[in-house]
Amino acid sequence: MENEKHWTRRSAAWLAFKRDKSAIITVTLLFIIIIACLIAPLIPIDPDEPDLLNRLAPPDFSSEHIFGTDEMGRDYFMRVLYGGRVSLLVGVLAMLTSLAIGIIVGTVSGLAGGIVDAILMRAVDILSSIPWMVLVMVVSIFFKPGLTSIILVIGLFSWMEIARLVRNETQTIKERDFVQYARLCGVSPALVIARHIIPAALPTIITASTTSLASAIMTESALSFLGVGVQQPMSSWGSLLNSAQGTMATSIYMAIIPGLLIVIVIFAFNKVGNILRVFANPQVMSGERS
Amino acid sequence: MAKFILRRLAVAVPIVLLISIIVFALMRAAPYDAVDAMTTPRMSEETIAAIKAKYGYDQPVYVQYFGWLEDVLQFNFGNSIVTKQPIAQQLSVLIPHTMMLVLPSYLTAYILAIVLGLIAGSHRGGKLDHIIDGIASVLIAVPTFWLAMLLIFVFGYTLRALPFIGMQTVGDGSPLDILRHFTLPYITLTIAFLPDNLRYVRSSTITQTTQDYVQVQEAFGAKKVEIMFKHICRNVLGPVLTRLGMAVPLLVTGAIITESIFSWPGVGPYFINAIKGLDYPIVMAILLLSSTLTILGNLLADVLCAIADPRIRQGVR
Repeated sequence: MENEKHWTRRSAAWLAFKRDKSAIITVTLLFIIIIACLIAPLIPIDPDEPDLLNRLAPPDFSSEHIFGTDEMGRDYFMRVLYGGRVSLLVGVLAMLTSLAIGIIVGTVSGLAGGIVDAILMRAVDILSSIPWMVLVMVVSIFFKPGLTSIILVIGLFSWMEIARLVRNETQTIKERDFVQYARLCGVSPALVIARHIIPAALPTIITASTTSLASAIMTESALSFLGVGVQQPMSSWGSLLNSAQGTMATSIYMAIIPGLLIVIVIFAFNKVGNILRVFANPQVMSGERS
Repeated sequence: MAKFILRRLAVAVPIVLLISIIVFALMRAAPYDAVDAMTTPRMSEETIAAIKAKYGYDQPVYVQYFGWLEDVLQFNFGNSIVTKQPIAQQLSVLIPHTMMLVLPSYLTAYILAIVLGLIAGSHRGGKLDHIIDGIASVLIAVPTFWLAMLLIFVFGYTLRALPFIGMQTVGDGSPLDILRHFTLPYITLTIAFLPDNLRYVRSSTITQTTQDYVQVQEAFGAKKVEIMFKHICRNVLGPVLTRLGMAVPLLVTGAIITESIFSWPGVGPYFINAIKGLDYPIVMAILLLSSTLTILGNLLADVLCAIADPRIRQGVR
């Protein structure tokens, strides 16, 4: 029975994916982008090597610089790939950080109830009442500039929505027989959370994680663009766009390429999130929920 | 109604106070503060002590907190560490500039969102819905600053049609000149505010069209248009109206990125310069102001919601 339900859920999600042409295209592009960024170190072109005779060369697929070069003559294709490594790495690690905090706060709050729940949820309220842009930037001044700091700053202050979702889910799950039975048998709350609640809440958690990943990438790019995120000599798509501002009048490709990649990646992750929502909540598909 | 508002205030006030304590603590935890700004390493211990005493820094922390709170309640946020200018006075110039940009853009986006959202939601799965929802999902993925860069490239550099730096040309400042400077940031912000609202209106319209009362109306032979305007619109617009309350904090911090790109003299560039220059008093003033506005906005949203829906007022969910 359980198996059959799983099969239909999976096929519903697969059907939702196959029906959506823009999802197929962008998710394919997303895979290509991720793989290209991963294998970038294997490509024998140095992203920091200046080619002074070819500064600001426009993209030309027949030349050695297929995406052109930047103002110092560095190969822009490689710079974009290395930038993508930073953007994606920050996105994934920040998402995992906020996921970990969100799951812990959400499950503890939902399972414990009472005063613990009240205190944790007030904390969530307070953190969510500070506009995120302001919050993240304020916290960033207390950290030393660096990759770890950006990951922590974004991760530590974007878990509130996940915590709320997981808490609501936990409140439903803990009323179910198997959880009640486990608690009655004296299984420790930590084990109940790990063995029963998290697996049952997994569809919700996975769906939330794609949204969280997309917004972490967006946040990082905005911070780096404003000059308070990733610092030189490291660069991400956001900081590439920041430097592209100076040469925009003559070399717009330097602004278009990283921006387009951000759009594709975020669009694709959001699409994946929507499709996973079908998996988590099959009613979405049949139109009972929207 | 009054009772409802009082009950909500009883929740909101402690949260604001708690945030003020956090802000104060952050300010004290900062590695460089107002005392460091006023003293130099060459001053003697006595001079530093005298300066501390003059500004009350020798008092216990809680006394300092209440002193600070009293100042803040009178809109006295102290001075900038870097420029020594009074913060409140500067904000009183900058906030109207920000509002001048945010208010028209938000309202435009809001109205567009309602119209497009109702159209998309009532044609769920149809061609119009696909187009509108498609545009919304693309726009959600577009970073605001990138959109601004593209607009600057097209209308500023290529067509040379519109200015994109500041609020007015030096020496000009006629309404037409300001309007020309206003156009690009206005378009950017409108597009930035649109997709979220649009999706919200669309999904609540879809939820409403699947409600029982719609089926009942259909069963009684009501026309589609009639159901749409008489029933669905009213039920959708209630919750949508309450979103206006949540938009209140945007009036101060809603355009940080856009203002910075277009060098619009609002709160955004002021805040970012303060962050880069570690000018804590400014940062904390904006932090406190924007979070207080968020809470007030949520309160306003709740009240609007209660006016629109009597069930909430009576605590029935």
